[in-house]
Amino acid sequence: MSPAAVEIKTLQIDGRDIGARADQTILEVARENGINIPTLCHLDGLTDVGACRLCLVEVKGSNKLLPACVTRVQEGMEVTAHSPRLEALRKMIVEMLFSERNHVCSVCVSNGHCELQRMAESLGITHVRVPYLNPKLQVDASNRRFVIDHNRCILCSRCVRVCDEIEGAHTWDHFGRGIDCRVITDLNQPWGESDSCTSCGKCVHVCPTGALVEKGRAAGEMRKRQQFLPYLTLMREGRQ
Amino acid sequence: MTLEELREIARTEREKQQEVPQKIHVCTAAACLSQHSDKVKAGIEQRIKEKGLEKSCHVKGVGCMGLCAAGPLVSVEPEGKLYQGVRPPEEGSDVADIVDSLDGKAAKRLELDPALPFFQEQVKVVLENSGKIDPEKIEDYIAAEGYEALLTALTSMTPVEVIEQVTKSGLRGRGGAGYPTGLKWSTVAKARSQNNQKFVICNADEGDPGAFMDRSVLESDPQRVLEGMAIAAYAVGASHGYIYVRAEYPLAIKRLKTAIKQAENLGLLGNNICETRFSFRIDIRLGAGAFVCGEETALINSVEGKRGTPRPRPPYPAQEGLWGAPTLINNVETYANIAPIVRKGGAWYAGIGTEKSKGTKVFALAGRVQNTGLIEVPMGIKLRDIIFRLGGGIPDGRQFKAAQTGGPSGGCVPEQYLDMPVDYESLAKVGSIMGSGGLIVMDDSSCMPDVAKYFMDFCRTESCGKCAPCRVGTTHMHNLLEKITSGVAGEKELALLEELCTVVSQTSLCGLGQTAPNPVVSTLRYFRNEYMAHINEKQCPAGVCKTKAATKTAEVGR
Repeated sequence: MSPAAVEIKTLQIDGRDIGARADQTILEVARENGINIPTLCHLDGLTDVGACRLCLVEVKGSNKLLPACVTRVQEGMEVTAHSPRLEALRKMIVEMLFSERNHVCSVCVSNGHCELQRMAESLGITHVRVPYLNPKLQVDASNRRFVIDHNRCILCSRCVRVCDEIEGAHTWDHFGRGIDCRVITDLNQPWGESDSCTSCGKCVHVCPTGALVEKGRAAGEMRKRQQFLPYLTLMREGRQ
Repeated sequence: MTLEELREIARTEREKQQEVPQKIHVCTAAACLSQHSDKVKAGIEQRIKEKGLEKSCHVKGVGCMGLCAAGPLVSVEPEGKLYQGVRPPEEGSDVADIVDSLDGKAAKRLELDPALPFFQEQVKVVLENSGKIDPEKIEDYIAAEGYEALLTALTSMTPVEVIEQVTKSGLRGRGGAGYPTGLKWSTVAKARSQNNQKFVICNADEGDPGAFMDRSVLESDPQRVLEGMAIAAYAVGASHGYIYVRAEYPLAIKRLKTAIKQAENLGLLGNNICETRFSFRIDIRLGAGAFVCGEETALINSVEGKRGTPRPRPPYPAQEGLWGAPTLINNVETYANIAPIVRKGGAWYAGIGTEKSKGTKVFALAGRVQNTGLIEVPMGIKLRDIIFRLGGGIPDGRQFKAAQTGGPSGGCVPEQYLDMPVDYESLAKVGSIMGSGGLIVMDDSSCMPDVAKYFMDFCRTESCGKCAPCRVGTTHMHNLLEKITSGVAGEKELALLEELCTVVSQTSLCGLGQTAPNPVVSTLRYFRNEYMAHINEKQCPAGVCKTKAATKTAEVGR
């Protein structure tokens, strides 16, 4: 049996010539080649939604910025993943995320292991220029093993996707619009009363911040283990 | 139903109509209906029966006649008399006077001059049947050459020829962005899918504040939209269509349902239309009132039964739309243009309008203008003519300040550009957009930062919350505008507002976020002095905003 023909495209990212399979996204190819494009909603193994807007890149010939996570490579594409303009936009987006809810790192269980925190560090954010919104949000600790703290949620929807696509439970979903949007379990019931939740904990470990955490952790103790996801998807693909 | 049978129906209907010498048309579209035009119609019918005039005068409920401000409207044909503000029988003698005037005595006090520029300077293509035919009677539409275009296309044109005519017409999407319709159709026609399934969707989720073009078309002439969709389906190779209409339009939904049933009964929708291989059915999907569902990918999600949030494009719906199949999605007004284009040829349509913007555009004229209502004008008309000739100018002797086009995605056009032609390019050049056709006129009693705040509040509450820049950015921008209009902001706040405008427009996922800053950007461009007055002098020049300073002065005065 001969392997299926693979179409190859060549493109440029940040001035480097790169070869890629036609079905790959800009983000995949960039990371394969050691070019880091920042993301918060993307996670290997989950479908991409293009929601966090941090992976926006400039593509020559397009007047709009394109999200690298969902944009497929094309022959002769000239991609700029890092430019002063992009850095400035990314900074502002992350600052807006910080201002949206109550991200108080020093008392957060994820302090030191938080993707949002790391993102701010890598973008060189020292302070937030937009005023904090300081919403009053609830913490739901009704689940036996886990806690959801809406104050730390950045609505990346990883928990929604992992629960739907990998665990197949679809316990999580969105509720409300705009700034009032938040994630809910089942039909907006306390997590502990959810009928569909299997308490598998996948949502907790894909969560980039301290929004979804295990109970009994003190500040800085919550480390997330996301390695399971690529293996799980790989094994499922192999079985099919 | 064959073309001959269709023409037979048209002939019989026309003969039947000619048997009755006089006709009274009563507007039964939403605006007049809200003023009890249904009672007016019933009253006229009763009066005619009392006078024994049934044989010589026929009463008909019709769609929108345009001048909604003067409703309920009644017209008497063939004299072409027009009566305004007709009250139902229990509120006076209006109805009796109109019926009595049939023998020659004119009901002068109600008369509205049909020679007004408002009526004379319109060019009607989309609204050609509005106010003339009964929207709940398909025979009326057929008598007005309805479904000629569809059956002609099915029997004597190939799909490619249909698309050619649409391309030749130069028609551009009337939903707002102005994408060439012919190009969109040919992309969907060329797209290939598994099991050859394709869809046609009509976007009737009209949500811009102050805009009611689509509602009026659906209420006044629903068959025209169905025919346009069927022609589109034939052209691109689809067999199933959806109309996504917001649930806030109950009358439009009712009339659409009636229209679909009537068309199905006559075999103009359904299987093997006109004894050809072409089959097409249309279903209605109701929107639950989210503005973002007017964005095409969010609309598709909503039709699929998912949460109405946009998907990243590409892939465009033309490649991967509803349930992954190639999907053609156009606005109500775009479909309403199709039948006349096929009937009269693309070249005829291209003869109207400017070089790059062809045909006519329907505008919902609202705000501080004498004649609020619905107008259809050729592209390239001057904004000044729309506002001061058709619109009758600004009431109460006030000064014109700006015209807002395109709703929350659009911008303001100040006085110095009033003589600019209204077309896609010119409006874009001055920082506004054509939009779906909302046109709000503002006079010197409007405060521009306050207007910007209103639109930003709209965007903030209508943002779906999926992408960070739109969700958080619109909230911050609204808060900053709130500070400015309360007179507590400094130049620092203004600078931050301007930076957020750039970030939100460049990084948002869908059109809602990308265009949300437009009202702020355009008011800042032309009315920066008003912003500065709020910031430096802590005062609102138009006297609209309750600034901190103003409140204090009032307290001291007391």
